[in-house]
Amino acid sequence: MSDPTKPNDPLLREHGRKGITRRGFLKGAGLTAAGTALLEGVQAFNSEAATSTNSEVTELGPGPVPVRLHVNGKEHAVSIEPRTTLAEALRIHLGMTGTKIICDRGACSGCTVWLDKVPVNSCMMLAVDAIGHEVTTIEGLSTESEPHPLQAAFVKHDAMQCGFCTPGMVMSCAALLEKNPHPSEHDVRHAIAGNLCRCGTYPRVFSATLEAAGNMRRA
Amino acid sequence: MVTHTNKNSLLQDAPPTRAENTDEKTVSMPIGVPGYTLRDEQREVPITEPPVWPINKDLKYVGKPYERLDGHAKVTGRARYTADVQLPGMLYAAFVNATLPHAKVVSVDTSAAERYPGVKGVHVIQHMLGGAVLRDPSLEQANYPVVRYAGQPIAAVAATTPYAAEDAAALVKVRYQPMEFVVDLDKARAANAPLVFPGPADQAGTAGGGGGPHNVPQTGNVHGPSIRKVGDVEQGFRSAEIVVEGHYTTQVQTHSALETHGVVADWKPDMLTVWASTQGTASVREELAGFFNIPMSQVRVITEFMGGGFGAKFGAGNAGVVAAALSKKTGAPVRLMLDRKEEHLSVGNRPSSDQMLRIGANNDGTISAIHLVSYGTAGCGTGAGCSGPATNLYKYAAIRTEDNDVFTNAGPGSAMRAPGHPPGDFALEQTIDELAVKLNQDPIAFRDVIDEHPVRKVERQIVRESDLWKSRNPMAGADRGPVKRGVGLAQSVWYRFVSMDSSAEVRIHKDGSLEVLSAVQDIGSGIRTVMAQILAEQFGVPPEQIAVRIGDTNYPVGPDSGGSVTTLSLTPAVRDAAWQASQKFLAEIGPAFGADAADLELVDGQVRSKSGKMQPVSFKRAAAKMKTEQIAVQSKRIPDYDRSKYLTYGGVDVAEVKVDTELGRVHVTRVLSVHDCGRPMNPSQVISQINGGIIQGISYTLFENRLLDPNYGLMVNPNLEQYKITGSRETPDIQVQLVEAYIGQSSTDASGIGEAAGIVSIGAAIGNAVYNALGVRIRQTPMTPAVVLAALNRPAQGGDLI
Ligand code: FES
Ligand code: FES
Repeated sequence: MSDPTKPNDPLLREHGRKGITRRGFLKGAGLTAAGTALLEGVQAFNSEAATSTNSEVTELGPGPVPVRLHVNGKEHAVSIEPRTTLAEALRIHLGMTGTKIICDRGACSGCTVWLDKVPVNSCMMLAVDAIGHEVTTIEGLSTESEPHPLQAAFVKHDAMQCGFCTPGMVMSCAALLEKNPHPSEHDVRHAIAGNLCRCGTYPRVFSATLEAAGNMRRA
Repeated sequence: MVTHTNKNSLLQDAPPTRAENTDEKTVSMPIGVPGYTLRDEQREVPITEPPVWPINKDLKYVGKPYERLDGHAKVTGRARYTADVQLPGMLYAAFVNATLPHAKVVSVDTSAAERYPGVKGVHVIQHMLGGAVLRDPSLEQANYPVVRYAGQPIAAVAATTPYAAEDAAALVKVRYQPMEFVVDLDKARAANAPLVFPGPADQAGTAGGGGGPHNVPQTGNVHGPSIRKVGDVEQGFRSAEIVVEGHYTTQVQTHSALETHGVVADWKPDMLTVWASTQGTASVREELAGFFNIPMSQVRVITEFMGGGFGAKFGAGNAGVVAAALSKKTGAPVRLMLDRKEEHLSVGNRPSSDQMLRIGANNDGTISAIHLVSYGTAGCGTGAGCSGPATNLYKYAAIRTEDNDVFTNAGPGSAMRAPGHPPGDFALEQTIDELAVKLNQDPIAFRDVIDEHPVRKVERQIVRESDLWKSRNPMAGADRGPVKRGVGLAQSVWYRFVSMDSSAEVRIHKDGSLEVLSAVQDIGSGIRTVMAQILAEQFGVPPEQIAVRIGDTNYPVGPDSGGSVTTLSLTPAVRDAAWQASQKFLAEIGPAFGADAADLELVDGQVRSKSGKMQPVSFKRAAAKMKTEQIAVQSKRIPDYDRSKYLTYGGVDVAEVKVDTELGRVHVTRVLSVHDCGRPMNPSQVISQINGGIIQGISYTLFENRLLDPNYGLMVNPNLEQYKITGSRETPDIQVQLVEAYIGQSSTDASGIGEAAGIVSIGAAIGNAVYNALGVRIRQTPMTPAVVLAALNRPAQGGDLI
């Protein structure tokens, strides 16, 4: 099994820390999302993590491979099976459990993170596809000392009950405010149209987000 | 075999009466609704009870919309749920589930799974939890639990990664001997239907209710009837001047909590520690201790946060015992969280209903007779009875209710938010509306005659004066265009259940810091915050300075959170502990200030002398004079002060709908929800729960439907995209009007809200609003476009839209 921190790892040696681009990675790896499934199907489990067959093609998986993920402004080296979703990589391998897995198939947005500031369902994306992108999770939205104004508004408006949908809600609404500092209630409804809340806190998510928008404009 | 039966008594029996020899005092308590019916009433209460609180406006912390103490943890993702627990060396487990709806398991071959890299243990289930159990188990000879629904767990695999566990689970080979099955209610009650059980079978309830009656006949798959009767119904119908009858059907709904059922179990020789997504830490401990025959003192259950339950999360369940067994076997902690499909299939649902409801009334508006015959399926469980609203909402001369469960090859039902009441109320309140129309009476005026509840009377008055109600056109179907607007109302009822397993400990530390502990879990309703508010009120320090420790059986036992018992049961114990601790505190520090404890009081974070003999000192400075490190008092719930009064509560919900008569779509646009819950401890959190009840109820009425394929017995929508629940765009503008209703029952005088809130009556309110819009009554949920178009005699375009 490769040690992700080992400098002679073929992948890292080839591209270097800064040099990993998504395209470059996929070329080097000879692997795409679809390819992962394929490899999984034809190869025995537990094959050598990263097998460099020649200088052109590097085959990855299905065993763990070293990757570097850029999350919340920091680079993290992890060793994961290529089939690992971004949500699982965050939760299991990076211990960032704020991101929730609820439906695990793109229907609830509980796993929402930002990929280069764009909200995505992290359960619907492979971690390897996040290489070269800046991932922001709920843990990275605020600092310990200062919550994001939206988070403060969520608390003030009681925009949560059990709280299980809340990280995803916050990430969706915060992304809306990044894009649109003057949202209407309609915009908020639209921004969280994919975020399910079984406790039924939507009305307070609307009011919290609208108030946060006002506060952020004034700030 | 262990079934979880512990707290069922809670929902049926009266709590024990108070010890006769307790010294009592007479106190005067505020009773009624401020602004409407507030007055003082005398109560006999134990001499040790804390002083009576005034109404909310005269309190400082209790009754205020205080921010949730754990809000920050929840919005930052720091709140740790069971699904988030990671322990060193922890294994991940995955279930192997039945692929057939009815079968005997002939063999389970786990050898390939055991050889799979990363696999540390495999467990084959021998005792099935959940669902009904044969009265005579000898009727069924089998090596493994008989499969009664597709998705029933058979075995589980624990491995070093979730993927390895899933891969290996797929390698477990189960050989079945298939049996005939039935998943459709009507087919299941036909004469020669395949039998789900070879003989009579019963399901126990849980702390949340659910389950069904035990001493009833069973014919084929029909378990029942369970009959309740008061007065002479035949005579009542004969004498009635008007009789209305309707056939109502409601679907199966799944709880669909966003955090699935699951545990992390860590079996050590002297202690089994379990993190559980549960509504009852105590219920999990009890079932695990019973199942493994180990002392309760050696089982610890922790629930820091949990992502919703709605009635389905009591006891350890199959996931709990299987994870514990795997942990015992492997010597490592084991995490077993269900996936979304398993959550839909195997851990509970709200049973369906098929109701014939007949009500006879007189021209003066009095009800002479009610007759309800209901059939419903809770799959291979029971609990479909839905006669609660018909029995408890209105006064009548005679009633007869006949509840029947019909077994089908589907996952067992379980308690779900106000068990039996949303379907029962859907039929009852539409029928009452129909009567009002026939009697040519206003729906509110009619209810004023038949409803004796003093608080709902106030609530109806509030509705009557509301803009939304005033905007209602009493002429049904008066709108001309294709989109028709309607407004309707319905009432809800729930009951005052008290859990005597409600204890708390309050600690005052020598540095003036305060702590309160109880095993109770916060399921999202906010008990954590309410506990802090109570201490804040007693000690005069802000709630955020109080350390609240809950969700751990190491603390004094707490109530299981089902049936709206948590706040009303636990808060008096918390208040009593805080009060007793404060009295001990004043007695202990008094001498240091040359003061008599009786002359001292705690106000606004200060110790003050009532006589003015001593200068006020801060609580913190006074605490430094404590003689020991800590003053700790543990208190438990005492019974309600007057158990003859105020046994039910509820509310009135009003819905505005716009019905598109071309597309068949019902859109709920506005809701007014007027509810009472005794003394609202934290109005903001109460409103959140009512919003939630309304939204969940809309979901039930318009969208949700567990669909089973009759040919294969499989659920066709075990996910969250085809199992549609209300989202942001279907959420109406909801206005909640909270009614403070003091009833003088405990030192906090809180009631519950979880069940009564919206979910009971919004479906009927929508039904009545749709009638008001169309002049056509829809007696079926979910009211999909196809159902609406059929009611309008317009065939759906482009096929079946259900
Ligand atoms: S968990 Fe990713 S969308 Fe539901
Ligand atoms: S707060 Fe519980 S699911 Fe949204």
